[in-house]
Amino acid sequence: MSELVIDPMVPGPAPAAPARGRLALSWSRIPLSGRIGAALVAFWLAAAAVGPFLAPYGVGAIVADDVFEPISLRHLLGSDYLGRDVLSRMLSGARYTVGLALAAAAIASASGCAIALFAVVSRRWVDEATSRLMDAMISVPSKVLALVMVAAFGSSIPLLLAIAAVTYIPGAYRIARSVAVGLNQMDYVEAARARGEGRLYIARHEILPNMLNPVLADFGLRFVFVVLLLSGLSFLGLGVQPPHADLGSLVRENTSGLGQAAPAVIAPALAIASLTIGMNLLIDGLAGRSAGVGGRP
Amino acid sequence: MIPLVKVEGLQVCGEGGPIVDDVSFEIAEGEVLALIGESGSGKTTIALALMGYVRGACRITRGVVTFEGRDLAQARPHELEQLRGARIAYIAQSAAAAFNPSRTLLDQVVEPALIHGLMSRREAEAKAVELFLSLRLPDPERIGGRYPHQVSGGQLQRLMAAMALITDPTLVILDEPTTALDVTTQIEALRVFKSVVRERGVTAVYVSHDLAVVAQMADRILVLQHGQMREIGSAERILHAPADEYTRTLMAAARPKAAAAVAPPSADGPILEVKSLSAGYGRRGGHKVLHDVELTLARGASLGVIGESGSGKSTLARVIAGLLRPSAGEVRLAGEPLPQTYERRSLEQLRRIQIVFQNADTALNPAQSVGQILGRPVALYRRGDPGKRVRELLDLMRLPASYAERRCGELSGGQKQRVNLARALAAEPDVVLCDEVTSALDTVVAAAMLDLLAELRRELSLSLVFISHDIATVRAVCDEVAVLYAGRRVELAPTRDFAGPPHHPYADLLLASTPEMRRGWLEETRASQGGGAAPPADPRLCPFLPRCPVAVAGVCDREPAPVRRLGASGQALCHHTAAELEAFQRAPAARAAAGI
Repeated sequence: MSELVIDPMVPGPAPAAPARGRLALSWSRIPLSGRIGAALVAFWLAAAAVGPFLAPYGVGAIVADDVFEPISLRHLLGSDYLGRDVLSRMLSGARYTVGLALAAAAIASASGCAIALFAVVSRRWVDEATSRLMDAMISVPSKVLALVMVAAFGSSIPLLLAIAAVTYIPGAYRIARSVAVGLNQMDYVEAARARGEGRLYIARHEILPNMLNPVLADFGLRFVFVVLLLSGLSFLGLGVQPPHADLGSLVRENTSGLGQAAPAVIAPALAIASLTIGMNLLIDGLAGRSAGVGGRP
Repeated sequence: MIPLVKVEGLQVCGEGGPIVDDVSFEIAEGEVLALIGESGSGKTTIALALMGYVRGACRITRGVVTFEGRDLAQARPHELEQLRGARIAYIAQSAAAAFNPSRTLLDQVVEPALIHGLMSRREAEAKAVELFLSLRLPDPERIGGRYPHQVSGGQLQRLMAAMALITDPTLVILDEPTTALDVTTQIEALRVFKSVVRERGVTAVYVSHDLAVVAQMADRILVLQHGQMREIGSAERILHAPADEYTRTLMAAARPKAAAAVAPPSADGPILEVKSLSAGYGRRGGHKVLHDVELTLARGASLGVIGESGSGKSTLARVIAGLLRPSAGEVRLAGEPLPQTYERRSLEQLRRIQIVFQNADTALNPAQSVGQILGRPVALYRRGDPGKRVRELLDLMRLPASYAERRCGELSGGQKQRVNLARALAAEPDVVLCDEVTSALDTVVAAAMLDLLAELRRELSLSLVFISHDIATVRAVCDEVAVLYAGRRVELAPTRDFAGPPHHPYADLLLASTPEMRRGWLEETRASQGGGAAPPADPRLCPFLPRCPVAVAGVCDREPAPVRRLGASGQALCHHTAAELEAFQRAPAARAAAGI
């Protein structure tokens, strides 16, 4: 029937199969900086998970002979302003910092994403109303809100979690909405609409899977913001309360050791820095990878 | 005579191996060489290598590229900088992407001359105006003061040519310079390029996938496939006596066969009727795109809709599919009026009309597998067991069943477009709206897609609305053709009537502007200057008036055009009678003389 000598569409050489799915991270494509970031983040996740079991001393136990002891074999990171073991306190503090930040960032990203999807597939006025409400929330300064809330209700872990999550929902919403609006214009979403699909199906099956990459990158950023917010609150003495401490309160309670260059103040500060920088490197590595995909072959 | 350019054993490697391998050719001074091939054939890679440039992760791994006796593959960056833009110039496919939108055109056109310090700004500007004149740009003295968005696509392409020619380069590389243009705009660009190349004695490399366009421009043709040379020779010989199998395949694909006669439409009334439909975008359809369009699609028939970009073709498909609310008129399916938007239509009504979007890359969800994409409509409309239907559909599309597991990113362009079509067929629709389904495909792949569509029509007795800008494509698939211009249906006629006159003057222009695969066509065709002119302000007047070569002053600019009969069943929106139109269109020589 056909006069064509070759049929270019029978199996033939299809383009080399790329990674399955968008989330399949191929380690070889992540640049060195991203790998360093991944290693740092993995280290802190592990510290949060098993740290307290590895701690050589109790969190509140006064075990050293002196305050602000330097690094020694008995106390690997020295002792703090009361003579407690800094390493042990950091290993348990990491759990609060990493755990709280992960939970808060997850809540913020998930809620932001869900609200954004809802707004985008709804009628225009719903979208407008939601967006203006979120804009109003963005205009509230996060630290001041946190101060007021802590002053009103007293500091507790659930309250800190709620503050951190609520503070970052509008930002996560903004990012997720801008991505979803773009995807909502794609032909495959139009096709689904013309087919008679419901809004829930379109949000869940057509838009959401294609949003995951940017939303995950944003989740990493939110995580860093929450770490800094919680550390800031703890530094002001409004965060996790003694005898427990997160990394931020460790820095604050040992500030008097600065003059003696005590490891007790430097180590937790370095810990916060390595966690946030590591997360940023990892995100940049992943973002660079996905940016390289769409170009002309 | 020493050739200006000499390429020997060129190999360019990318990440996955050679993109171009063992390519050798020469270009004599003043000669135009065409590189022709489908996407992925390496033609742009070779063109860029002629400037000593390779993209991204690619490298020239072997061979020499000699320009004026110097090997560019080994040249140092600063030596290349001196050549590029001064001795060798490049005209890219998309002028819209090549111009900076925030600077005036003249600023950008004179830039190469200023960068290379070849002339003062004053001299460069004078030279630019001179070039604008020879490139037949309107208002050459002042067009340079405009910004890129203030001129048309065809004008922008010519402005880019001016930018390339301002330094009087020895070698000009034209990379698909007219591919993004409408046929009526393309013809003017081609004429201008050709005369400029001839007048200035420039040596040129013309990269294109379109043999008919190349036939007008080239002295010699180099045919490429998968980065390797298939054939090189004079344009005359390649076009009339191709030696290579692949060249013949390309030639066959470039001339789709006219539609085989399909079973006559059954008598039980039209399946789809579009009744005096108007639609637009913006607040309450403020920017009107469709005016009073009237169409009828018989059961089992295939209706072509053609027109240039902006004629409202895609808008028509979107209104029929309910994605855009019409401002007036209605769409009837099997005699029943359909609700205006998809939200009000029943699932059964939605099922019966399916739309196939132009670009399979954006029409298929990259996060889903082919099986999920095809299975969803089956499940949604309850048309049997999804798994079984997916296998049947893949079989219908001549794709292996194992492709159900793949994602679209793992398919080639033609395969993706087949999946795109299969998704529409999964709903077992009465009417399929095909919006430019072959435009994004390579010639050979597009020809295979057209064959498949013709076969599917026979097998499934589909009713098709086939939208395209290419009259040859429409002729290959459709029984009847509607010509849209500025949102109005200016002509409706059976496909067989498109073999010759009479036609509405716009349809005639379209036909005369479609390149034919022979040398000398460009000089002979009667197509007049195209593009640019906006329809008259009064929406009741003929939209084609400002461009019409046979407009009658005092009539066409005063009264709305009546609908005239053309032949047995055709209709045209024109003041002239069929006989008058035929007389105009039968005497091209006389008209060409009058036009100049």
